[in-house]
Amino acid sequence: MRAFAHLLDRLSLTASRNAKLTLIRDHLATTPDPDRGWALAALTGDLSFNAAKPAFIRKAVEARMDAVLFRWSYDYVGDLAETVALVWPARPGANREPELSEVVDALQSASRAEVQRLIETWLDALDPDGRWALLKLMTGGLRVGVSSRLAKQACADLGGVPIGEIEEVWHAVEPPYGDLFAWLEGKSERPSPDAPGRFRPVMLAQAIDEAVDFAKLDPADYAAEWKWDGIRIQAVSERGERRLYTRTGDDISATFPDVLEAMTFEGALDGELIVIRANEKGDRALASFGDLQQRLNRKTVDAKMLSTYPAGIRAYDLLLDGEADLRGLPFAERRKRLEAFVAAAASPRIDLSPLQPFETWEGLAALRAEPPEGDAQLAEGLMLKRWDSVYEPGRPKGPWFKWKRDPHLIDAVLMYAQRGHGKRSSFYSDYTFGVWREDANGDRSLTPVGKAYFGFTDEELKQLDKFVRDNTLERFGPVRSVRANLDFGLVLEVAFEGLQRSTRHKSGVAMRFPRISRIRWDKPSREADELATLERMLGS
Amino acid sequence: MLKPQDLLCPRPAGLYCPPGDFYIDPVRPVDRAVITHGHADHARAGHGVVTATPETLAIMGERYGQDFTGRRQAVAYGESVTRDGVEVSLVPAGHVLGSAQAVVRWKGLTMVVSGDYKRRRDPTCAPFEPVPCDVFITEATFGLPVFRHPPDGEEIAKLLKSVAQFPERSHIVGAYALGKAQRVIKLLREAGWDRTIYVHGALERLNRLYEAHGVDLGPLAPATVARNKDAFAGEIIVAPPSALLDRWSRRFPEPVAAFASGWMRVRARARQKGVELPLILSDHADWDELTMTLDELAPGEVWITHGREEALLRWCELRGLPAKALALVGYEDEEEEDWSAETA
Repeated sequence: MRAFAHLLDRLSLTASRNAKLTLIRDHLATTPDPDRGWALAALTGDLSFNAAKPAFIRKAVEARMDAVLFRWSYDYVGDLAETVALVWPARPGANREPELSEVVDALQSASRAEVQRLIETWLDALDPDGRWALLKLMTGGLRVGVSSRLAKQACADLGGVPIGEIEEVWHAVEPPYGDLFAWLEGKSERPSPDAPGRFRPVMLAQAIDEAVDFAKLDPADYAAEWKWDGIRIQAVSERGERRLYTRTGDDISATFPDVLEAMTFEGALDGELIVIRANEKGDRALASFGDLQQRLNRKTVDAKMLSTYPAGIRAYDLLLDGEADLRGLPFAERRKRLEAFVAAAASPRIDLSPLQPFETWEGLAALRAEPPEGDAQLAEGLMLKRWDSVYEPGRPKGPWFKWKRDPHLIDAVLMYAQRGHGKRSSFYSDYTFGVWREDANGDRSLTPVGKAYFGFTDEELKQLDKFVRDNTLERFGPVRSVRANLDFGLVLEVAFEGLQRSTRHKSGVAMRFPRISRIRWDKPSREADELATLERMLGS
Repeated sequence: MLKPQDLLCPRPAGLYCPPGDFYIDPVRPVDRAVITHGHADHARAGHGVVTATPETLAIMGERYGQDFTGRRQAVAYGESVTRDGVEVSLVPAGHVLGSAQAVVRWKGLTMVVSGDYKRRRDPTCAPFEPVPCDVFITEATFGLPVFRHPPDGEEIAKLLKSVAQFPERSHIVGAYALGKAQRVIKLLREAGWDRTIYVHGALERLNRLYEAHGVDLGPLAPATVARNKDAFAGEIIVAPPSALLDRWSRRFPEPVAAFASGWMRVRARARQKGVELPLILSDHADWDELTMTLDELAPGEVWITHGREEALLRWCELRGLPAKALALVGYEDEEEEDWSAETA
């Protein structure tokens, strides 16, 4: 438990992806079975317990110490698990520290009443870091900034295999993954990925480089379709197993019972998860990404959610048709089978992503610039797929391209800057920017509309950092406010993908994927954009 | 009947002794000052006479220049001076080199001013000596039950493990220039780290002073820009906390920001300060040491000088131990040093 606790402790404060990978890989390499397997399961989200409610933990600690001292401690620390981990009175001579696997075993077999007694015994035996890790595990959700994909990458690093191989066997292995580690350490064969309902590693597209690629590509070789603005999923229904996966193989079936119910087919679809419902004309129409977000990352989903944000699949590829694996067939062939497959499924929740016929790249560019009425206007751009391409996991160069719409651009004024993390901790690298708003008296002031922390080069970062330091107004911990008024200020050209209404932001708008596209050292701050410009974008 | 406040009482300039006419750790210039230790908030320049241990006098001379006071009166541990019937002796406090508790005796009444102290072993200074007393005047910097400093060895092991895990990066340990920096270096030596440790320029004079007082710090070298950046990969650098997030740190390859402080016990603090590797190492007593000390001394009365006094007062109340807070102002905590200060 101690090694696991230290791992979580380090991960919770580490920003760099590579450093996180090193920490996890080293832990998996040096911790014996089965503890490392349970640690991996905890990190991938395949192990969590709702063994203890916050109220129980609070009661347990107040039985052992003065309630006033506890309250002051909690007020100071602000996090219940961390406070209890720190204030829990040490009991000299308590039992030895439990290993992670002992905790897991006990929790899986104990009754609820026993669990509560066990938790207290463990809290007595552990040090503060161990108590913190235990309480995180007990109350569900480690929140140490590690995705299941990252944990799988660390496994891949441990064994020196591509991550696709881990993803493919993931649903055939179970915690504590003894067979997986034996394979990664070269002691046994790779576990068979043949379990029904398993995930197939997905094929991804390269971003097209307009200046270089089009000259080399023949339009006749490619099919085009809209790039839908949902999330990429794989819907597998195989020998009675129905699963919905994200593109990294995370199982999100539990969040989308409505979609699962519609998967009456036998096969594996590749497509976009979307919210789709009747529009004002009564036609079924794609809803915005914001609507889909209401459905994501929920452990449970209620009837109201299901009816307000009905989810479905817009299918664009077929990997498995009945028992036939289609991945070795060319796209043209798979597409024909897909069309028949979707028609046969005949579900209002599953539709087909239509192909967009075109003759020339110029013609396609015009379509991309002016999408027709309807769903296409919500698309992020276009996808290009070679008619003869087989379904190849990973991101091969050439067969598939994504061609995103040009981003929106606005000129905004730098208002606040915050220190970065890790490598960037000596730089002010997170920038909050604002646009002008006019009040009833005609006075103009800046209102923040977003925050961006990439899009600039290392050299530009140094210049921005210097500007922030030279023009600081006030400091609030890691944040500085920067001189910005009608006569002075730094204008940033900000690119972003979309705009949503937001009640959380004072300006009433929230940007998707904002980044700094240019630093406008030349532009006077008073000439930056107005909030009204953004509001017009919302209306369109 | 003699009352404790006849012997020591709080005044705007600090804790004052009317019969002996001196202050203890005054925050502004006075005629006669007894100084418990060399940290800047306790030891200020400009007094008429300073009574302190020889080590503390040397530290003050190093920091403020040799003319920091009109006259020096050195009192070694265990020695005492008497003035107008008030006897003052200095006893080790275990905080930093030369740190002392001031034991004040008058007409059969004994009061102990702890200054800052800790109870655990520190290889760079003499250990705290408990002195039975009528009134114990304690600090309470970490006077909240959440502050429980782990064993030093575990924290140093965390640092060395990280150095082994990330050989391509450098590790910068932010540590207060007086006491903490030398203790970190010494603990690293005890853990077997015998490579050269690179130090920020602001630490050099105090490092030399510690060595002159018999604390062997092993091979040290300045962390200068003259070296090739990659030459710092896999090395440990010790610097004042303010340098950690400063532009100064950019001369090192992908530095891991470590910070040695009792405040690192609380994760939000570490996160807020951009610390990647918190090292919970403090020169102050943690909650358990504070309460253990009060239990051990069992004084007639407890006074609390500075820190988070309300929780310690509450604890005393639950124990039935008479206690009061003096609410002295002007004592900052050196571990809370202003991070935004941009030192070169």
